[in-house]
Amino acid sequence: MTTTPSAQVIPSPRDPYARRKTTRGNYELYSWVFMRASGVLLIVLIFGHLFVNLMVGEGVHRIDFAFVGGKWTSPFWQVWDLLMLWLAMFHGTNGVRTIINDYASRDLTRGILKTLLYLAFVITVALGTLVIFTFEPCPANADPALLASICFE
Amino acid sequence: MPEAPGGTLYRGREGMWSWVAHRVTGVLIFFFLLVHVLDTSLVRVSPEAYNVVISAYKTPIMGLGEAGLVAAIVFHAFNGVRVILVDYWSKGPRYHRVMLYVVLGLFVVTMAGFLPRHLMNVFGGGH
Ligand code: HEM
Repeated sequence: MTTTPSAQVIPSPRDPYARRKTTRGNYELYSWVFMRASGVLLIVLIFGHLFVNLMVGEGVHRIDFAFVGGKWTSPFWQVWDLLMLWLAMFHGTNGVRTIINDYASRDLTRGILKTLLYLAFVITVALGTLVIFTFEPCPANADPALLASICFE
Repeated sequence: MPEAPGGTLYRGREGMWSWVAHRVTGVLIFFFLLVHVLDTSLVRVSPEAYNVVISAYKTPIMGLGEAGLVAAIVFHAFNGVRVILVDYWSKGPRYHRVMLYVVLGLFVVTMAGFLPRHLMNVFGGGH
């Protein structure tokens, strides 16, 4: 709610209480809520990810190109990994942004650190999203021994 | 921006140290995530390129690193739930210390489930 001296409006009695009378918006509040909402979703996404990739079967030893090929031919895991990538990157970037704001008190230092942070965010999210959607599980000239069984069905 | 004064009002104990640990694990996971997206991107290059780099994750040293990373995530996740409860549950602030010990207990149980299996995969069987 903005009030200029020339056109002051007397709020009506039932107007909701506005704690801050500025035009800066509620960005930090939404970011605070987002940290909590995304955190809850990430528990499911990350614990599921870790369980399937590290606990089932031979764990980390069976991860190779064919394993990823087998997972990403299923839309289920594509959507899972995409959601996890986006939520974790927004959550992590926003968290590190808070930390930079806390410790980097010089304007220039803070500006540089946040520029680097947002650059890393854009590159990582773009690259990860591209890979999930353009991945070719059965490349034409690849050594068949390295491919998932679904390539031969 | 005002400078922080030399001293600090914080007196440590569970509240402060769990916050420090939440921060440190959060940053750690974030930087790992950047690397992890890069290494996974190699599936777009060639099966050989991906397999070479991912084989690094199967060495004993990296296996221990993965254990540390999983520990960081498990703590951050459980303590994150605690932070949410402190914020939203009316009795949260009163029980924040008890909840930290519950978090640590769940952490130990989860790691006890994960570590033997993972270490066997890394040091035992495997290829
Ligand atoms: C597994 C599920 C996760 C849960 C439940 C969770 C929960 C939370 C919560 C509630 C906060 C806010 C703390 C506060 O406002 O005081 C937070 C902060 C943070 N999280 Fe997560 N998180 C999770 C995963 C992740 C991941 C995957 C990353 C990294 C990519 C991450 C990085 C961070 C960072 C850097 C902060 C800022 C810490 C601070 O300001 O002190 N978290 N987390």
